[in-house]
Amino acid sequence: MDSALALHRFHFAFTITFHYLFVQLTLGLGFLLFVLKTLALRTGDEHYNDAARFWAKIFAVNFALGVVTGIPMEFQFGTNWSQFSRAAGGVIGHTLGMEGLYSFFLESSFLGLFLYGEKILGRTGHWFSAMAVWIGSWMSAYLIVATDAWMQHPVGYALGSKGEIILTSWTTLLFNEWAFWQFWHAILGGLVTGSFAMAGIGAMYVLLKKHGDYGPTFVKVGVTAGVIAALLVAFPTGDQQGKLVGRHQPVTLAAMEGHFETAAGAPIAILGQPDVDKQRLDNPFLIPGVLSFITHTRWEAEVKGLSDFPREQWPDSIPLLYYSFHIMVGLGTIFIAIMALSFLQLWRGRLYASKPLLWILMLAMPLPYVANTAGWMTAELGRQPWLIYGLMRTSAGVSPHVSSGSAMFTLLGFLGLYTLLLMLGLFMIWREIEHGPGHEGPAH
Amino acid sequence: MLPVIWFWIVATMVAIYVVLDGFDLGAGIVHLFVARTDRERRAVLKSIGPVWDGNEVWLLAGGGALYFAFPALYASSFSGFYLPLMMVLWLLILRGSSVEFRSHIDNALWRPFWDIVFSLASSLLAIFFGAALGNVVRGVPLDAQGDFFLPLWTDFQPGPHAGVLDWYTVLVGLFAFATLAQHGALWVAYKTEGAVLARARTAAAITWPLVVILTVATTIVSFRLQPHLGASFAAHPAGYCFPALALLGLAGIFVFHRRSQQLAAFLSSAVYIVGMLTSVVFGVFPNVLPANQDPALSLTISNASAPDYGLQIGLLWFAPGILLTLCYHVYLYRKFAGKVRLDDGGY
Repeated sequence: MDSALALHRFHFAFTITFHYLFVQLTLGLGFLLFVLKTLALRTGDEHYNDAARFWAKIFAVNFALGVVTGIPMEFQFGTNWSQFSRAAGGVIGHTLGMEGLYSFFLESSFLGLFLYGEKILGRTGHWFSAMAVWIGSWMSAYLIVATDAWMQHPVGYALGSKGEIILTSWTTLLFNEWAFWQFWHAILGGLVTGSFAMAGIGAMYVLLKKHGDYGPTFVKVGVTAGVIAALLVAFPTGDQQGKLVGRHQPVTLAAMEGHFETAAGAPIAILGQPDVDKQRLDNPFLIPGVLSFITHTRWEAEVKGLSDFPREQWPDSIPLLYYSFHIMVGLGTIFIAIMALSFLQLWRGRLYASKPLLWILMLAMPLPYVANTAGWMTAELGRQPWLIYGLMRTSAGVSPHVSSGSAMFTLLGFLGLYTLLLMLGLFMIWREIEHGPGHEGPAH
Repeated sequence: MLPVIWFWIVATMVAIYVVLDGFDLGAGIVHLFVARTDRERRAVLKSIGPVWDGNEVWLLAGGGALYFAFPALYASSFSGFYLPLMMVLWLLILRGSSVEFRSHIDNALWRPFWDIVFSLASSLLAIFFGAALGNVVRGVPLDAQGDFFLPLWTDFQPGPHAGVLDWYTVLVGLFAFATLAQHGALWVAYKTEGAVLARARTAAAITWPLVVILTVATTIVSFRLQPHLGASFAAHPAGYCFPALALLGLAGIFVFHRRSQQLAAFLSSAVYIVGMLTSVVFGVFPNVLPANQDPALSLTISNASAPDYGLQIGLLWFAPGILLTLCYHVYLYRKFAGKVRLDDGGY
C-alpha cells in the first residue's frame, strides 16, 4: 500500500469514485428535469414548474460538486500518469478535448441561463435551456465513455517507431463499438439513480403527508422513468456489455464470475467467496449452464476458466472484481423488482396507499449509488493489469518522478477535502428536501 | 506548420481563460473590500454567478487541446508541477463550492465564512497562476526523457536549482495578483451601482499604479533572467506589437477609468492582459517549456507535438466547436448584460 504505484492507483480510484457520485445524479436528474419542464410546457400547469424549480436547486448543488470534483480528473492524467499521457495523449486527448469544447461549454452556459434566467427567458426559452443542460451532460458522458472504451478496447491506432501510440482513425476512436454499449449502460445507470432519488423523496413526502401534490408527482415520474431504466440497464445494455467483455477480455470475464476451471455448460455463481490461491470458489451457490448461455447463448458452450490463462494476465484484485460484479448484478435485479412492483401498483392506482412499498422506495435511494460504483469498479478492475488493454501495463503508465510521499500527501488532502464536501453537500440537499417545493418563484 | 497553429490556438485559449476567469477571480480578490453588507456581497456574486462556471471551462478546454496537440508537454509539466497543481485544484474546489454553498443558508456566521473562503482562494489562485507563468519563463530542470519534478521551493534563487517558488516567480505571482485585482475591480464597477461601484473604483485606482510599477519591474527582470525573450524580439521586431498592445490597454484603463466609462475600462484591462500574455508567448516561442540546466533539452513545439494526422483532424472538430462556444458566450453575456439588480426587474 506504500508503493507509489498503489498510491497513484488509489488516488485516481478514490477521486473518480467520489466524482461519479455526483455525475450519476446529474445524468439522471438532468433528463428528469427536462421531463418536468416538458410536462409544464405541454400542460401549462404551474405545478410542474414548481416541481422543476425544487429539483433544480438540488441539481445545482449536485452539479457544482460534480464540476469542482471533475476538474482534478482531467489534470490527474498528466500529474499522476504522465507516461500514459505522453504515450496516449495524442489519442484520448481528442475525446477529452471535445468534451470540454462541445459539452462543458453547452452545459455551463445553459445551466447559468437555466438557474439565473427564468424571468428573462420565457417559458420556451427556459424549457430549451433545460434541454441543453441535459444534452450537454449526456454528450459529456459519451466522450468520457469513449475515452474509457479506448482504454478497454483500443482501436484506430498504430504503433510508432519509438513505441508511441499514433491515432490513425478519429472516427474509429469515436465510434468504438465498446463505447456504444458502455455509454447506454452508464446513462441508464445514472437514470436509475435519478429515478430512485425522485421516487424516494416523493415517497417520503407521501408518507409524511407533507407538501401536498408534489409527493405523488415525484413518485409518478420517478417510478415511470425508473421501471424503464432498471429494465434497460440490464437488457440489452448490461448483457451486451458482458458479451463484449467475454469476446475481448475473456480472462476478465472468468475473474468477474469467479470461474476458475474451463467447463462446458458452465454454471453461474450467485454466491460464494473466491479463493485465488487454491483457485476455487468457497461456499458456492451455482446455477448450472447459465454462464455458458449468457456468454454464448448456448447452454452447452465451453467457457474458459482462469486456469487456462497465464497468471500474469489475470486481473490483480480478483476478489474485489468478483464482488463488485456480483453486487452490481444483485442490486440491478432488486431494482427491477422494486420498480416493476411499484409501477404495477401505480398503474392500478394503489401505490400511494401502499405504505410498505413507499417505505421501500424511500429506503432504496442510496442503493443505485452502490450499484453504479460497483459497476465502474467491475469495468476498471477488470481492465487490470492493463492501463490500455493489451498495449500498456498499469505499472508502465505512472509518473516516474512523483514519489509515494507526494502522492500520499495529495491523497490525504483529497480524502479530507472530499469528506468535508460530502458532509456539506448532504447537509444542503437535506435542507432543500425538508423545505420542500412550491414555496417560491423562480430560483435566484 | 500544424504545431505552430496549435501552439497559437492553445495560447489563445489560455489568454481567453485568463481574461474571463480572471475577472471572476479578481472579483473574489476585491470581494471583501468592495462589498461590506450581505446585500452588497450578493450583488458581487450575482455579477459572476451565471458566467464563472463557463469561464472556468476555458481552463479545461485549453487543457484538453494541450493534451492531444502537445501530449509530451502535458505529461511533463503536469507531473513536474505536481504539488502546486494539486494545490491549485484544491483552491478551485474551495472557491467553486463557496460560491454555491454561500447562498443556501441565511446565517450571520455561514455567509461571511464562505465570503472569506471565496476571497482567499481567489487571491491564492491568482498568485499561483502568476508563479506558474514565471516558471515557464524561467525554465525547469528537464531531463533527457523530458521529465522533471520541482520542489515547492529551495533557496528562493531563480538559478538552475530553483523550486516552484523563488523570488522571481513570487514577483510574477504578485504581479498577477495585482493585475487580476484590477481586472476584477473594473468588472465589479461595470456591473454594480452605489457604494459597491464607488469602492470598486477606489480599488481600481489603487491597483493601477501598482500594476504599472510591477509591469516595468517584471519585464526588466524577465529579460535579464531569460535571454531567449530578448533574442526573440530582436529576431522578429514585428513581435513588438504585443507589448504595444499591452501598453495601449494600460493607457486605456487610465483614460476610461477617469471618464467613468466602466465597460471601456474593463475591456482595456482585457486588452492589457492579452497583450502581456501574447508578449510572453511570443518571447518563449518556439519553446513551450524551456530547460534551465541544459537548454538543448527544452521542450519545443516540434518535439512535444502529436503527429500530423491528429493535429489535422483536431482542426476539423475544433473549428465548429469553437464557433458554437463563441455563440453561447455572446448569447449568455448579452442576456446578462447591464447592472446587477437584486430584487426588481433585473435577472
